[in-house]
Amino acid sequence: MSKDLTIANKWQQLKEHTKARVALGHVGTSLPLSEVLALKHAHAMAKDAIVTKLDVEGLSQKCKAQEIPYQTFKSRASDRLEYLKRPDLGRQLLFNTHLTKTEKVDIVFVITDGLSAKAVNTYAFKVLNHLLPNLNESYTFAVTLVEHGRVAIGDAVAEFYHADFVAVCIGERPGLSSPESMGIYTTYHPKIGFTDERRNCISNIHANGLSGKQGAQLLQYLIEKSFALKISGVTLKLEVGEILKS
Amino acid sequence: MAYQFTLGKQNYLFDDLKSVLAKASPLRSGDALAGLAAASNTERIAAQYVLSELPLKVFLNEAVVPYELDEVTRLIIDTHDVKAFDNISHFTVGDLRDWLLENTTSGQNILEVSKALTPEMVAAVCKLMRNQDLIAVTSKIQVITRFRNTVGLKGHVSVRLQPNHPTDDMKGILASTIDGLLYGCGDAVIGINPATDSPSVTINLLQMLDDVRLKYEIPTQSCVLCHVTTALQIMDKAPVDLVFQSITGSQKANSSFGIDLQVLKEAHDATLALARGTIGNQCMYFETGQGSALSANAHHGVDQQTMEARAYAVARHFDPFLVNSVVGFIGPEYLFDGKQIIRAGLEDHFCAKVMGLPMGMDVCYTNHADADQDDMDNLLTLLGVAGCNFFMGVPGTDDIMLNYQSTSFHDALYLRKVLGKKPAPEFEAWLLKMGIIDEAGNKCNIDDANKLLLKL
Repeated sequence: MSKDLTIANKWQQLKEHTKARVALGHVGTSLPLSEVLALKHAHAMAKDAIVTKLDVEGLSQKCKAQEIPYQTFKSRASDRLEYLKRPDLGRQLLFNTHLTKTEKVDIVFVITDGLSAKAVNTYAFKVLNHLLPNLNESYTFAVTLVEHGRVAIGDAVAEFYHADFVAVCIGERPGLSSPESMGIYTTYHPKIGFTDERRNCISNIHANGLSGKQGAQLLQYLIEKSFALKISGVTLKLEVGEILKS
Repeated sequence: MAYQFTLGKQNYLFDDLKSVLAKASPLRSGDALAGLAAASNTERIAAQYVLSELPLKVFLNEAVVPYELDEVTRLIIDTHDVKAFDNISHFTVGDLRDWLLENTTSGQNILEVSKALTPEMVAAVCKLMRNQDLIAVTSKIQVITRFRNTVGLKGHVSVRLQPNHPTDDMKGILASTIDGLLYGCGDAVIGINPATDSPSVTINLLQMLDDVRLKYEIPTQSCVLCHVTTALQIMDKAPVDLVFQSITGSQKANSSFGIDLQVLKEAHDATLALARGTIGNQCMYFETGQGSALSANAHHGVDQQTMEARAYAVARHFDPFLVNSVVGFIGPEYLFDGKQIIRAGLEDHFCAKVMGLPMGMDVCYTNHADADQDDMDNLLTLLGVAGCNFFMGVPGTDDIMLNYQSTSFHDALYLRKVLGKKPAPEFEAWLLKMGIIDEAGNKCNIDDANKLLLKL
């Protein structure tokens, strides 16, 4: 185009204070084309994150390489479409796969796609690699990889393992500024039917949020506190700033 | 009581009124998730036929949520305007549809009977209407509210400036606020969703917004959307204009939000007593949205649109300044795609307006719903034509705290332009005085000497 008709905003300095899309300028009443395309790009990345798949093969290899006992599960949601429409199915385990009954473990780590599989493909082992060396002496544990899982599927997995504690690493709902973000939900003595007040949550593990190491620090705090106090959920406070400072 | 209808050669049976209501609803994922939706397209139409022939009186005798169990049902029945109902007591639901659409029925006529209409009657008639019908009726109705300016006048549309920030950073919120004001937004309210429900953060944010308002003499109101109990707690320490609460359509679901009618009354009384409004004192701000009762497992087997209309009965009891549905926020398990979100938005606006509420809309979607900005453009335009009181204004549509997309400051400019609508009159005068818009409503080119920028 020969002439750019966009009217720039003079108040660019506002951008120093927020990542919100301020001072974008305008053409007529509309957004400048560059901003329209940038927004579409962010939305496309978020949409793509929803349909990415849990990297069962790659995550399995990581478990094998480190001799971590692991198994793969599926939820009762058969595909992404059903997963989105039927959150109840995403909370239940499908028991028609070749599952191995195992010894009881103290902790089971559940890695599940949630709403952005790429987040857990990328960040689950960034957390576990920091955490597991610190747990080896004190706790027995296993890892499970679950396709099409919601947070509460961790309770079903934990019952299967008779585990005292579950940590569900799950892809969060993608936003435009963080299309791939992992959260971790933890529960002490998990049982099927538990609701959110029994869980603690570490959220926003992503490139511009918490690092894998920070996630591991917070998770270790929750594990130690939950086993010491025999609780999880709203009664166990996670003062993120304080824990990371220490 | 059971109902039946024969359509073609097939006879359809419905166990009770709530089953007729649920199966008559246009298809949506939330009703399917709850196991309430019609099993086939023809069953849906059979339910609509049944509904069309039901006398309105039936709704006074068959509560969808039992009176004994639920204070929202008690509120609906106990405040029913029996006298006004006399005029329409012979109507069926189908008659009500025709009467609402009739050219000789004015918006004022509708408001005169609005308290004779229970939410279930309004939900029922909504299910018999096409999108065009919903728009035709609401475009007649004018629900005007006042605090420091006038919202809801025909020919005007207002904007809630929503300057959220993921860590409630004061400067970040102020930056988005200035940006929104410079785009002519903020006349409905400057309303922040705080990232935490901390009383001290709420106080600081309220103080900051009030300082901006006073410094630039902006004829608007502010709100930090904290829990109603937090607002009650800080009212003597902070400049509280409007008090906010999310509400829904059953006692059990409201209880999952940590509220009941008593605490809403306490909050309303306390906020009225502050008397901070200048031209009026309507001081409550409510948010709603289809699916919240199901999400709280407190829907009593009632479809999500009827439960939503019941939330409006709660809202209208407290004479609010603003009400909006956050229509696409809840996710695809309740409203699956753009089509379902658009229909729900029009339904919510219709039910609220017919019930006499100053309805606005958070036209929005999350990234896991099958929707995009084109769907939002459609709904915004339809609701603009329908006479919706206000919309959201979020920088570039992207809410960086709530991680969803709503309408932007630019979208507000667009809507005012294509529909020839203006901001609230008092706010419009301020925008002219500040050199932000001109007499024709066009955005001025703002230079560095603009007062809002000079004093940053």
